[in-house]
Formats: sequence, C-alpha cells, structure tokens
Amino acid sequence: MTISTGRTPQAAVGAESGSGAVSALLPSDVPVRLIDADGAAHRDSRYPLPAGDLLLEAYARLVAGRRINDQANALVRQGRLAVYPSSHGQEACQVAAAAVLETRDWLFPTYRDSVAVISRGVDPLQVLTLLRGNWHSGYDPYEHRVAPQATPLATQLLHAVGVAHAAKLKGEDTVVLALCGDGATSEGDFHEALNFAAVFHVPVVFFIQNNEYAISVPLKNQSVAPSLAHKAVGYGMPGERVDGNDVAALLSVLGAAVQRAREGGGPALVEAHTYRMQAHTNADDATRYRSAEEVQDWVPRDPLVRTRSYLRGLGLLDDAREEELAQAAEEIAAAMRNGLNTDVDPDPMALFEHVYTARTTQLREQAELLRGELERDAAERDALAPGATGATGATGNSGTAGASR
Amino acid sequence: MAPSTDTRPQAREVPEAATDSGPETLTFAKALNAALADEMAADPTVVVFGEDVGPLGGVFRITDGLTARFGADRCFDTPLAESGIMGMAVGMAMNGLRPVVEMQFDAFAYPAFEQVVSHVAKMSNRTRGKVKLPLVIRIPYAGGIGGVEHHCDSSEAYYAHTPGLTVVAPATVADAYTLLRDAVRLNDPVVFLEPKKLYWSKETVDLAALRRAADEALRTGGRISGGIGTAAVARPGTDATLVAYGPSVSTALAAAAAAEAEGRSLEVIDLRSIVPYDDATVDASVRRTGRAVVVAEAPGFASVASEIAARISERCFHSLAAPVLRVTGFDIPYPAPKLEHWFLPGVDRILDAVDELQWDEPDAPGSTAAAGTGTDPR
Repeated sequence: MTISTGRTPQAAVGAESGSGAVSALLPSDVPVRLIDADGAAHRDSRYPLPAGDLLLEAYARLVAGRRINDQANALVRQGRLAVYPSSHGQEACQVAAAAVLETRDWLFPTYRDSVAVISRGVDPLQVLTLLRGNWHSGYDPYEHRVAPQATPLATQLLHAVGVAHAAKLKGEDTVVLALCGDGATSEGDFHEALNFAAVFHVPVVFFIQNNEYAISVPLKNQSVAPSLAHKAVGYGMPGERVDGNDVAALLSVLGAAVQRAREGGGPALVEAHTYRMQAHTNADDATRYRSAEEVQDWVPRDPLVRTRSYLRGLGLLDDAREEELAQAAEEIAAAMRNGLNTDVDPDPMALFEHVYTARTTQLREQAELLRGELERDAAERDALAPGATGATGATGNSGTAGASR
Repeated sequence: MAPSTDTRPQAREVPEAATDSGPETLTFAKALNAALADEMAADPTVVVFGEDVGPLGGVFRITDGLTARFGADRCFDTPLAESGIMGMAVGMAMNGLRPVVEMQFDAFAYPAFEQVVSHVAKMSNRTRGKVKLPLVIRIPYAGGIGGVEHHCDSSEAYYAHTPGLTVVAPATVADAYTLLRDAVRLNDPVVFLEPKKLYWSKETVDLAALRRAADEALRTGGRISGGIGTAAVARPGTDATLVAYGPSVSTALAAAAAAEAEGRSLEVIDLRSIVPYDDATVDASVRRTGRAVVVAEAPGFASVASEIAARISERCFHSLAAPVLRVTGFDIPYPAPKLEHWFLPGVDRILDAVDELQWDEPDAPGSTAAAGTGTDPR
C-alpha cells in the first residue's frame, strides 16, 4: 500500500466496501527500499528519493549517531554509564525518526532511542542522565517536545495517542511519532494504542524498529503475522514496511505518514526491518542466542555504508567532507566524555521533590530523618578529616539524629 | 476549545452560579455529577471519558447529561480498554488537558494498573516536576451492594502504597461534591474512590453554598478550604476513637450511636483522604480518648487499616490504654452476595472490638477509671 499524502478521508473498511479498501491498508510485499546495500538508487513510484542535500544532512547525523553509540559503549566499560542499550546498526531509523518531524511535533522514544532524541536536538548529557544513574530523565520534555524515554514496553504509545488526541481537540497542528520495538508489539498496550488512535482518528505515526530480537527472543517466537506492519489493517489504519537500514526510504515513507497524519488522514503504522548489531545492553551476552554468522550477514547492509556509497556516487561526498563529518562527530563524543568524566553527585534531599506538588507531612518527616543522617555523616567526615579537632562536628550533630521521632 | 498548556493553578473566569437554592435533598451520585458539571463549566480543559460515560451517563449515571451539555469532545466513550483509557489520559494531561476518567468498577481498573503505577504516579518525579499530570481516576468502589464477583473490591491499598498518587474516599454527599471538585483542580493525579453503596444515599446539603466556596477557590487560584488532605471529626466523643473512611464511615457512625445507648462515647474520624493522610487530626483524637479502633472493608492484612493502626501505635503510644485494634474484611476474596454480610465490618463487630480495649485496667492512662468518666465497664 501507499501512505497517501492526500486529503482523502480514510477508507471505511466494511463488508460493503469490498477487498479494495482492505488492500489499500496493506503494506508492500517487500520492504520499501530506495538505496540498496551497494549504494545504488532504486525508483519507487510511490515514494520519491529524497534530494541529495537532505541525504547528506542525514548522513552527517548517521555518522554522529554511530559515534555516539560507540562512545556510550566505551563509557559503560569505563564505569561512567550504568548501562547503554545501543542502537548500533539502527542509526538510519534513529536519524529518520527525528528528521521527519517539525519543531511543533512530538517524539515518544524508548530506552534504545537515545540517538533519535539527540538527533532531535536534546543535549546528549541530558539524555544520558537516565543511563548514568543520576535521575530517571534529564531533559525537559516540553523544550524539544520529546517524551521521557520509556522503559516499560509499549506504555508510551498510549501517551502518544493522548498527546495527539489533546492536540486534535485543541486544534493544534501537531503530529506525534511513537517508537517501539518488535517485542513491544506483543504487549496489550500496543494493541490498545493502535485501536484508540484509529477510533479517535488522531495524528499519530507508530514506528516499529524491528531489529529481530527482544533481548534474546527472535521475532519468529514473538509473532507469526505476515509482517508486523500487517497488524495495521486489523485496526483500520494503513501499514507499511521499509528497509530500516536505508535512510532514504525511511525519510520518504515516514515523511509521507507524518504528512498524511498532519493533513487529517489519521494514524499509520510503519515497520522498519533492521538489526540490532550489538547485545541488548552491556549486561547481555548475545552469543547465547544468535550466531556470529548471522550478525556478519548484516554487516554489508550497514546504513552508513550504503548512504556513503550513494552520496560519493553523486559527487556530494569526498574525503575532505568525510573528514569534516568525522571531526564534528568526534566533538560530540568529546563533549560526552568530558561531561561524564566529571562527577556530579545528585543531592539526596532531592529524593523528596516532585513526588507531590505539596510535600505531605509524612514526606516532610522522612526528609528530616534523611537530613539528620546527612548532617551526622558530614560531621563524622569532618571529625576524620586531617587536622580536624574532632569534637565540634559530632557534638553539633547529636541533637538532630533523632529529630524526626 | 482553546485550553492553555500551562497546568499550574491560576485564577480563572468562573460563571456565576445560576441560583442560590439553599438546602436541598441530594444523592451522593447527583453531588458527584454536579461537581463534574461545575468543573467542566468552569474550565474548558476538563474532559471526561471512559466506558459508557457518554450518552448513557455511566453505569451509575455519574456522568449523566455531560455529553449533551458539553459535547462529545468533552465527555466521550472510549473503546473497552482500561489501560488505553489511562494511558491516553496521561498523554492528554501532558498536553494541557485535565482528564477525569472513569474505571467502571474497582476490579475492572486492574488492567490499567501498570499505567497508574509506572506512569501516572511517577511522571512528575521522573521529569523533576516538568510534566505534571492533573488527572482524576474515578473508581466506583467497595461492596455492600450485593454485587457479583469483581464488582466489590476495596482496592485502596494498591493505590495508597504507590507514592505519587493522592487517594481520596468521600463518605458524605457534601464531601462527594467538594472533594471531587478539589481533585479535578489538584495538579497531582488523584485516585477518587466512590463507595458504591453510598451512591443512592441522600442528605440535605446546601449545594449552592458548596458551589460558591469551590468557585471562590477557583477564582483566586487556591485550594478549597477543608479539601483533600484534611480529616473530619464525623462525630465527637470522649471514650474511644473509631477511624474510618469511605464506605466504613456510616458503619462507624452507626456503631457510635449504638455505643451511646450503652453509655459509651465514641469519636468517629472520617479520613476523607487516605493520601495525604492527616496524622494530626487522628493523633489528637486518640491522644484525647486513649483508645482506637480502625474500621475498613478491605482485607486487613497489609492494608490501609494496618498502616493507620501502626501509625497510631508509634505516635500515640504513651496516650494509649489499649492496643489499637482493627475491624476489617477477612483475608479472603470478596465473597458472593449472600455471604457479604458476614464479611463486611458491622456494628456488632465494631462494638465487640471496642469492648476489647482493656476498660478494666485502672492504671491505664486512658482507662475509664483513670479518666473518671463514670462509664460502666462491661
């Protein structure tokens, strides 16, 4: 099927409308591909190939995204990040998800979508607050219209529907792009989100990055649907499949879905076929459930390689330009290193903030308990410090330790 | 409608109340309905949705007439999926609306539990207060109506145990109105537990006066005086304190009336909100009476009643003449209609517990002998 950008109302799918209306919702037989693994362009009458300058811009973000993934992995090994779910190999999906949105639109990412969030303009250090272990989310969701990265699966898809529904009621020109993985399509909230979006006809594009694995479980144990995009027809919305390592096809297919939603066409489901090149996180051992040969099969399909080949063929990319892009990516990585190598101790008293707008009496008591402990600890440190007389800290503290009782 | 995305409290234009009709006889259900209608009239960002809440007006008619009056954009039916309702409410609240959602019955709210616990309760904390979720989850709740399985659960402990949720359970017609309006106005998510057995109870209340008080708070951008977070002394007394909330308040009041006939003066505290919990009002009462019984329908093990008993024991220990007792539901699944009478805390079971409060100990700080009230210990 083609995600129409026209204003035609969504076809009513019923017995009387015949099989034509149903087939209009069905995805393509094979994933849409505009640039193949060798960097050769393929025409598709439904989806135009993005212009060279747009692809060059996307390539710059791909290079940056790859560097961000590699740098974050290194920071995990150095103990500077608690964990990092890498999107290595999925950078085309990450870059395209951010690129197809306007400033006024919303992005709903998962824990694996740090590169998409950074590509949307959020400071990498703010993004990594979660994975660094300082707080659950480090950025203001309203500043770039990016929801907090969701750790529970598929729950954020419903939030996306709600944001879109509110936008529709308020008459705002806002499209919401909601990300999830192949495993999340098994969750109940995936079903409820797609159904609600279709029934309320709200401007949401659901974007599945099918990377073949939900931690260790391969897609064949997750779903036996013809494709995940085929699920769309059951909700009465169009589905489409796209090569998830082809940034040109992603920009074109996702762009069409976003434009259709913006023009009142309602929600759509896009499935990108890609591959998680690395383990689920650093805590995972991918060799226990997949072969090295399988991973090697995906190496030639790398999203950076084919985009580079295509742009070099067009004459838009040369060694000098490549060097500039690598340098720009290196600057981002250096900022990540510098930021994360600086210890920032979160304030323990912040534990009690933002639980309620007005702190309850119980939380006030508990905050006083912790304050007493902190003061006692500080006094003990002072007493042990070289040159300390010892007495002052301990005496000053003794009255506060049990204050909350 | 053009609601602001700013969810902070602010002064708003409020239409003048139509007429001041003075005291009138009103059902608990009608008071809730009036509260929703008044909030929707006062604030265009308030939207109501759930299962059957549109043209039908909800299975208990709490949303009766709202779609007709405010339109299908403001009060609408959703597909039959509680997690979907809750998750969509989160997103709508993120984008500047004040959703009020109905879970059709207590046990039917469980499919939404992940959304409530992992997102509704945590969003403000997760985002350091950047994203507030001013939404209300209305739940027809608890038993006593002869309902079949899955229609009678007292589920308050699940919510009260979850930091970030405000948990409210009104017990009077006036509180049904005032607390619901306060809940809609609060910038934190509220689980609003509506005791089903009270829906058809009637009281004479001055709705116009309640409305003026709520509207005045709205005009000034403040909270309603005596709103969420404050317990009420439902009946003053001197010999022992009964602590109750929601559906158990009327039972506790009946027990206090019966005790009076026997010469014992029981104070009844109506918590009104479980979270925030009003330690001060409860503690003041128990320190005065020296004895306490906590009454609640939910199974007692690991319950709200247990928490209240523990708090009283910790904080009022030196004023207590007897251990704090609990009168609760048994630790069993909610029973079939013909057996619920044996499950629910009743007047006799409460009075039996009161009798157990060591009235014969002459040296106990709150004992009748020490207090010299002259009450005849049985």
